[in-house]
Amino acid sequence: MSEIENVSRRRFLAGGVIAAGALVLGVRFSRARLSAEKLPQDTNADHAALHPSVYLGIDPDGTVWIVASRSEMGTTSRTTLPLVVADELDADWKRVKIEQAIGDKRYGDQNTDGSHSIRSFYVAMREAGATARFMLIQAAAHQWGVPAAQCETDLHVVVHRSTNRKAPYGDLAIAAAKFPVPAKEQVKLKPKSAWRYIGKGEVSYDLEALVTGKAIYGMDARADGMVYASVERPPVLGGKVKSYDDKETLKVAGVRQTVPIDPFKPPPAFQPLGGIAVIADNTWAAFQGRKKLNIAWDNGPNETYNSDAYKNELRATSHNPCKVVRNIGDADAVFAKGGKIHEADYYVPLLAHAAMEPLVALAEFKDGKATLWTPTQNPQAVQDIVSKELGIAKEDVICHVTLLGGGFGRKSKPDYAAEAAVLSKKMGKPVKVVWTREDDIKFDYYNAVASMYMKAAVGANGKPAAWLQRSVFPPIPSIFDVNAVYGDAAHLQQGWTDIPYDLPNLRVENGPAKAHVRIGWLRSVANIYHAFGIQCFTDELAHAAGRDPLDYLLDVIGQPRTIDFKGVEYPNYGASMEAYPWETGRLRHVTELVAEKSAWGKRKHAKGTGVGIAAHRSFLTYVATVVEVEVNDQGEVRIPRVDVALDAGLVVNPEATRAQFEGAAVFGTSVVRSGEITATKGVIDQSNFQDYPVARINEVPAQTNVYIVDSDAPPAGVGEPGVPPFIAAFCNAIFAATGKRVRDLPITKLGLS
Amino acid sequence: MIQLKVNGVEQSFSGESEMPLLWYLRDILGLTGSKFGCGVGLCGACTVHVNGQATRSCVTTMANAAGKEVTTIEGLDKNGLHPVQKAWMQINVPQCGYCQVGQIMQAAALLDGKKKPTDQEIDEAMSGNICRCGTYQRIRVAIKAAAGEMA
Repeated sequence: MSEIENVSRRRFLAGGVIAAGALVLGVRFSRARLSAEKLPQDTNADHAALHPSVYLGIDPDGTVWIVASRSEMGTTSRTTLPLVVADELDADWKRVKIEQAIGDKRYGDQNTDGSHSIRSFYVAMREAGATARFMLIQAAAHQWGVPAAQCETDLHVVVHRSTNRKAPYGDLAIAAAKFPVPAKEQVKLKPKSAWRYIGKGEVSYDLEALVTGKAIYGMDARADGMVYASVERPPVLGGKVKSYDDKETLKVAGVRQTVPIDPFKPPPAFQPLGGIAVIADNTWAAFQGRKKLNIAWDNGPNETYNSDAYKNELRATSHNPCKVVRNIGDADAVFAKGGKIHEADYYVPLLAHAAMEPLVALAEFKDGKATLWTPTQNPQAVQDIVSKELGIAKEDVICHVTLLGGGFGRKSKPDYAAEAAVLSKKMGKPVKVVWTREDDIKFDYYNAVASMYMKAAVGANGKPAAWLQRSVFPPIPSIFDVNAVYGDAAHLQQGWTDIPYDLPNLRVENGPAKAHVRIGWLRSVANIYHAFGIQCFTDELAHAAGRDPLDYLLDVIGQPRTIDFKGVEYPNYGASMEAYPWETGRLRHVTELVAEKSAWGKRKHAKGTGVGIAAHRSFLTYVATVVEVEVNDQGEVRIPRVDVALDAGLVVNPEATRAQFEGAAVFGTSVVRSGEITATKGVIDQSNFQDYPVARINEVPAQTNVYIVDSDAPPAGVGEPGVPPFIAAFCNAIFAATGKRVRDLPITKLGLS
Repeated sequence: MIQLKVNGVEQSFSGESEMPLLWYLRDILGLTGSKFGCGVGLCGACTVHVNGQATRSCVTTMANAAGKEVTTIEGLDKNGLHPVQKAWMQINVPQCGYCQVGQIMQAAALLDGKKKPTDQEIDEAMSGNICRCGTYQRIRVAIKAAAGEMA
């Protein structure tokens, strides 16, 4: 009997077009291994001779299996977390084989989102490695008849120094498995001085596969007998098919049939949007057949949604008192005294993720069970939605996680996987649903459109005597609750309630906004618009006061202190305030560091050039960015240089971290230059890279220099925190270069050219 | 019947002549190294060489590929060690990696024609290839490294 399985190892692979590389969907004959037959949910680690943890197994040949339970979308977490295991194990990295976990609650949270893979799993990975090392030492000591305390480990071996004996891990694996798995308290973690890999890092485990085309993404998944599907979805959220005609579709060579997908019952959550699926023998035929469909839609109530009018609504809401989410002193009393008041409206439109790999999922429903192969950031969410849609138990949904061709938050939302599962059940065979780029842009869970009203009473030395900020945006909870209109604490914390300034009078507010499209997480999420509003408004105040923006920024941040969130709902990204206090001294430090590294105030700036600065903490990481821009007479904007300093606590993989911040500058460049999704009568206006452009090589920073603060603080996030301060610093630099203030993104509205 | 050569192997195709080369490579031949990104020639993820020229396979029909020699990432170098691929590893270019195959094919074609491209020539040649992860800075460095090795 043959079965399809997710094999992330090379030893079962032989020949064939796709049978190579690091993460491969292969077909093999199931066979008994060391113990019982391997079930789809089993890993090689599970079946290894020594298996003290769900994350780890060691075979007698010395192979160390490490399970990557988080998804790989380019942040290198699939390499970096196993590297932590290998370090504590004293394992030879060359003998480590990484296997990708399926969705399974035994791994804990698998939602690879929110920049917390290292933060949340660092200790668990260390403990897994240290536990196995403990057991290997026990086995060697027993064999040699010496106390375990006299034994230690070197690279992939246990050693007894006084007698100069060595035993390779592989030779000890079976014997070590006979010892009990030690309690956590028995296991000692290595001192920092003994770390092999932590802090030094390693390139991606998949690097060779990535440059040879052998890496397998969701788009590359195949199963015997599969058919391809392309889905025409309701153009307006909540719309339904009134009637349809597929006569012309069925004439297209390669098209087999059409299959309706039911519309969702609100709220949308991660349900399929509904529509008509075209099933075909190949992707192209499915796309072609779909173009020939003739569908009459019932668009429903969101047909009234127009972005221009909606922008005005948000702004009007923000000009009136809203819900107070943090308050210090009495800002209104200061405003009432009159004096110099500075006000501004900031606006960021809807943004699409546009990961390079469009959404895709392969599903096979068979014998009451669903098996999926899909590029998902959250395989357990795939299990949830597929079990609901198909009416089967969650345990009967096997979700294999392929490599992801980018994610940025979109692939945490498994509506596309649910489509494939629903279609496979209806078709009785494996179905691969392929989204086009147009689908990807038009049916996203967009980063919220947001309007921020900022107001300050200007006091001594140009400093704010009172500060009021109101944000209004359709909140992410609206996808789970149609009545949700206010920002929730998890998103208001993102650079809004935690404004880090030392202000005598501060009021932070949030106003209601009803969603008409699906809103979702996108790389750095609400921090994008919150940091834009606060950090650019700060720059405005500095210039209005005739002060240097760096000097002014440090002045409003104030002296090093721990922010007191008494009376404020501040979830701190799910981390404890004890382990991860909000320390303004660390924000100051990165600000001063980036100023020094960028030679702030020391470089000469010719006409049409300028620098901007911004500082922001998100995902528990402190970041400050300086951007230099050049604007020529045609209004073309160049970015010759970016400097970014970050304090993310302990950094396990500095090289990967630098890459994340380089990439964040590019991601932010797209937001500032051209990021804008709009709707007319509820239908998204954009469709592909011609009308939703993202930054190209000639538009991005020519040089991004990344400075990592050496820190022993617990690890924080690195995937997202580079984006928010880059955006604000870029806009501040445009002002420095041109005298034009960016308050509405993207800058296509600024009239530079 | 359309005849063409893919990575040095003669192939014949009897399907729709309007099918883009990309889907023939991916769905029919199972050569999944070339990626689908936009379907309209705007992102470069599908870049292959047709008679040595960097070509967007998503907008090249099978009719237009007839009689041509097509090289995909799978055929760029039999050991996967073309100087551009080596430079990509040395500089640690990829993040998610999805666009990188197209970037590499584009860069290899650039270096075929220009031994030592300037920054501007690199920008011109590579500006059709989108990387959403934002690896451009490393791409530029890697192209120069590969040029150095090929010199």
